[in-house]
Amino acid sequence: MSTVYEQLGGDAAINAAVDVFYRKVLADHYVNRFFEGVDMEKQAAKQKGFLTMVTGGPNNYTGKDMREGHKHLVAMGLNDAHVDHILCHLRSTLAELGVAQDLIDTVISVAESTRDDVLDR
Amino acid sequence: MPTINFEGQDFVCGEDETVLECMTRSGMLIPSSCQSGTCQTCVIRALEGTPPPGSQNGLKDTLKQQNYFLACICKPEEDMTIGLSLVSPRNTVNVIEKDALNESVVRLRLEKPDGFSYKSGQFINLVRTSDDLTRSYSLASTPDDDFLELHIKRVPDGKMSCWVFDTLQVADEVAFFGPAGDCFYVPGKPDQPLLLVGTGTGLAPLYGILRDVLVQGHTGPVHLFHASLAAPGLYLEQSLRDFATQYEHFTYTPCVLHGDTPEGGQQGNIADIPARELGSLSGYRVFLCGDPPIVNALRQKSFLAGVSMQDIFSDPFVFAAQDG
Ligand SMILES: Cc1cc2nc3c(=O)[nH]c(=O)nc-3n(C[C@H](O)[C@H](O)[C@H](O)COP(=O)(O)OP(=O)(O)OC[C@H]3O[C@@H](n4cnc5c(N)ncnc54)[C@H](O)[C@@H]3O)c2cc1C
Ligand code: HEM
Ligand code: FES
Repeated sequence: MSTVYEQLGGDAAINAAVDVFYRKVLADHYVNRFFEGVDMEKQAAKQKGFLTMVTGGPNNYTGKDMREGHKHLVAMGLNDAHVDHILCHLRSTLAELGVAQDLIDTVISVAESTRDDVLDR
Repeated sequence: MPTINFEGQDFVCGEDETVLECMTRSGMLIPSSCQSGTCQTCVIRALEGTPPPGSQNGLKDTLKQQNYFLACICKPEEDMTIGLSLVSPRNTVNVIEKDALNESVVRLRLEKPDGFSYKSGQFINLVRTSDDLTRSYSLASTPDDDFLELHIKRVPDGKMSCWVFDTLQVADEVAFFGPAGDCFYVPGKPDQPLLLVGTGTGLAPLYGILRDVLVQGHTGPVHLFHASLAAPGLYLEQSLRDFATQYEHFTYTPCVLHGDTPEGGQQGNIADIPARELGSLSGYRVFLCGDPPIVNALRQKSFLAGVSMQDIFSDPFVFAAQDG
């Protein structure tokens, strides 16, 4: 079976999604402090990493990478509520781009499965 | 099998091997993360040879033009020399003109060495030949001009800028390396609206880009906002007003933080002005130059106002560490 990534239209679709998604995240005062002070372009590329991963596109991220990559954020207070916000932005981004509900649910469940790694527990 | 030259050493890239794998196998560490062409951590430049187009997926146009590529997805098709930046030869030239643009900004025109090529908006590293003191300055000229133009602002106690103001004279010799930088106009999409915002001598690269854009026949609207703390800090006002009269699709807005506002200008924080005046910036291509904190604020504001990340080009004038 093809991945959601392929069904969405691959790299080009993800590029479009990054802008929409990252704009929502930066505009959300509840989570945007985690994204401050970093070069926006590098950060945007990482958000693309996030979207590629949760849609099942080509990536070599492991649970360990997720733990390591968010550890400094956990130290800043990252918790379940922040993950909920991010998932909510993810859901509305995909909906805005016209992705079918069952595909959105698949993506959210993939993202959900990394929650414990991201929160380092 | 193609050979990759990196930092003076040759490496033979195996069948079906990526540049990143080849380097890593040989013990040369290139930073990487996703290893699948997404995160752009492994971006590197082909100084010689051409990277396969697929290895440039997702990179900005200005980086593609300069042969940057992603090492983790690049299976080379020919020999390449790779590295982070070109080692450019040192040029020694004479100053041909020096005038004050206002109380604190001087315009230098330098001879253009034969065969020196650059894009408007790039910068050079200017070298004082007596002691090799080096600072970056943006080119305000266009490649059609037969001189190189710099706008240099006097920084209190600044080593290079005060020397340029007080000591350097016409016919004196300076040296430079370059060009470098990826804040320039790539032709294509001639009807895209453009937004240029600069503070202080951040106008220098924009002045080059602007003239480049106008002569290359860009047809979409072009908006330039030039900001300074107060009106005396603005410069080239008249020539920008003349362009605005000559080119209907070009508007010039001088901006000040406080004090008297010039005719047709705006007062306030420059980070807020463009989105306030133009509304949604969706679809725009944006060039931002000058003071680093303001450039960063403008990047974020323009992005939130709808500009795609791929369409934001910026040159923060980070000042040199205290190196003497
Ligand atoms: C890519 C790039 C392009 C640039 N283009 C231009 C240009 O077109 N025109 C231009 O005038 N400058 C430009 N700059 C800045 C320039 O390179 C120098 O940093 C600047 O001229 C100061 O050098 P200096 O030797 O006079 O001061 P230094 O001796 O290096 O510094 C003296 C003191 O002033 C502080 N300082 C330095 N710069 C500033 C500043 N801007 N504001 C406040 N304090 C400061 C320093 O921290 C230090 O304490 C550019 C910088 C970069 C990185
Ligand atoms: C829901 C599950 C999540 C997943 C699957 C996920 C995945 C990722 C991935 C793949 C990267 C890129 C790593 C890289 O390429 O270096 C990343 C980086 C990042 N993530 Fe997440 N993430 C999640 C939740 C969150 C949350 C809730 C926040 C904060 C509110 C967050 C903030 C960040 C930041 C700031 C970075 C960049 C870190 C850096 O600068 O190196 N993430 N994430
Ligand atoms: S390592 Fe992520 S793009 Fe190459």
